[in-house]
Amino acid sequence: MSTVEQGQSAVPARSPGRPNHNPAARRRRQVRALTYLAAVLLSLFVLVPIYLVTVTAFTPQEVSYDFPKPLVPGTVSAETVRFFAGSTGVLPALWRSVVVAALTLVLSTLLGAPAGYALARYAFRGKSAYGLLILSTRAFPIVILSIPLAVTFITWGIYDTTYSVALMHTALALPFTVLITSSIFVSVPRELEEAARTLGCTPLGAFVKVVLPLALPGLAAAAIFTFVLSWNEVFAAVILTLRQRTLPALVLAALNTSPLPFRFAAAWFMLAPSLVVIFIIRRYLLGLWGRVAR
Amino acid sequence: MASAPAVAAKGDTRRRLGWAPYALLAPSLVYLAVFFALPMVNAFGLAFQSEAGGYSLEPVRRMLGDGRFGDALRTTLLLVVIIVPIQFAVAMSMALVVNARLRGTDLWLYIFALPLGISELAAGIVWFSIFTEQGWLNSFLTQLGVLDRPFIFLNYQRPVLLILTIVVAEAWRATSIIMVILVAGLQGIPRDYLEAADVFGATPWQRVRHVILPLLRPSIRVALILRTILAFQVFATVIALAGSATNVLAGEAYRWYQNLRDARVAAAYATLILILSVASTVLFLLLLPTEEDRSA
Repeated sequence: MSTVEQGQSAVPARSPGRPNHNPAARRRRQVRALTYLAAVLLSLFVLVPIYLVTVTAFTPQEVSYDFPKPLVPGTVSAETVRFFAGSTGVLPALWRSVVVAALTLVLSTLLGAPAGYALARYAFRGKSAYGLLILSTRAFPIVILSIPLAVTFITWGIYDTTYSVALMHTALALPFTVLITSSIFVSVPRELEEAARTLGCTPLGAFVKVVLPLALPGLAAAAIFTFVLSWNEVFAAVILTLRQRTLPALVLAALNTSPLPFRFAAAWFMLAPSLVVIFIIRRYLLGLWGRVAR
Repeated sequence: MASAPAVAAKGDTRRRLGWAPYALLAPSLVYLAVFFALPMVNAFGLAFQSEAGGYSLEPVRRMLGDGRFGDALRTTLLLVVIIVPIQFAVAMSMALVVNARLRGTDLWLYIFALPLGISELAAGIVWFSIFTEQGWLNSFLTQLGVLDRPFIFLNYQRPVLLILTIVVAEAWRATSIIMVILVAGLQGIPRDYLEAADVFGATPWQRVRHVILPLLRPSIRVALILRTILAFQVFATVIALAGSATNVLAGEAYRWYQNLRDARVAAAYATLILILSVASTVLFLLLLPTEEDRSA
């Protein structure tokens, strides 16, 4: 794809040095137009399927079997979504998904944020070894580890509980949390913390009163992302549970036997919170992932 | 793994609180030891365990001898080989569009990043609603007069078509993660380099090929490694779109654990995915050395 254009916006097309009839300027405008076209096409690729599943979820069940389907729904109704929410086991599974994601968020933050702080603030022996260890977890398909973990959980007597799923999801999220929080703490100026110490704060006091308020928005964005990670995870959830299914595990296990409207409403239910979440943390996305990549 | 506590004993005399960083790291280390390192060792243990608990190649042999093994391995590798380059191309296009600073950059970034929060399962069902017999694609094509009657895209007798639908669904769902990493990398490239390329009359393509791609190499490497590992675990998208008509490695691990109640063969599959993932990481590290690696 050659529709690339960079750094031009700073230079107005009609600046004296670059008159309109200049072939270079014309080519630049063409490239820019193509870039807009690419932006629109790529956006349609992302948005159209989301629109379609939303339409399907809010079409009455009888109409959803119509063919061909109207692109703009004639009747909008929450009947299909209500049918899904009223199906056996859906609401408890929804609740368990929320509990698992919340537990994962709390556990991974409690375990990961201190490590992130240590990486950001201290020079100590073994620091690079620890950093390498955290980075290398990325080379492993952590989700697959739920099979041996299931065997372990059976012997421990915590198989098929919401806790066991949260424990697995925490292992999944923890390396991510450590890397993110460390980069967030790095971005809080050390001088501010040292000033607080000089003015008589204890290390803990300086952390709570100075570092934490400054780091809070970034930490919140990271925590929200951890929540989504757990909310979406299905392989570990379906391996580690039998009756205490989370929402994705319930939907997956019932996939081949459930009617189509049930599946479509389920997809919409799983997808909708993510759209809101990505909107809330949109300003932090680049920071979050850019730092992970470094 | 245990190097940090071992070093802790020696201490760090420069700081009064020399033990503090180790105390802060300890919880995460212990947790990863129990829920990451231990299961990994256990996966190998289970994969080479006899019914009685002794050492045996039986689970591995059962995996290799299973009728669906070859198909699952082939399909998974094929999916990885097709999905990763396509996603890289789409993600690179998205990243360049975002970095072009069009009007509404934040909006484009938000739209491209939307699938970041969408699960494998939800994405699979979304594309199922498009590709199924009475689905949206057939609906469009009949309304446009391209088709007389619905075409069965998701037909177990057309495995190639099934794989293509999975590729589209995965490209839709998991491109955003690569895009975000690439955008973050692009923003780290000094504007001077790009302006210099401009001054010397580089075409947009030359600029991408000779300035952006080389400078973006570390981000590209991380993105490719992350994405490839996730592609080896492809699971729910396949089940949602193809049911049991298409076999993949993670799906077989699930089937052996859940339906056939044999955790040992399931662990053999898990171990295989583990080995493939680590091998692909090493391959990427060797194929795409960064300047740091070269000078080291």
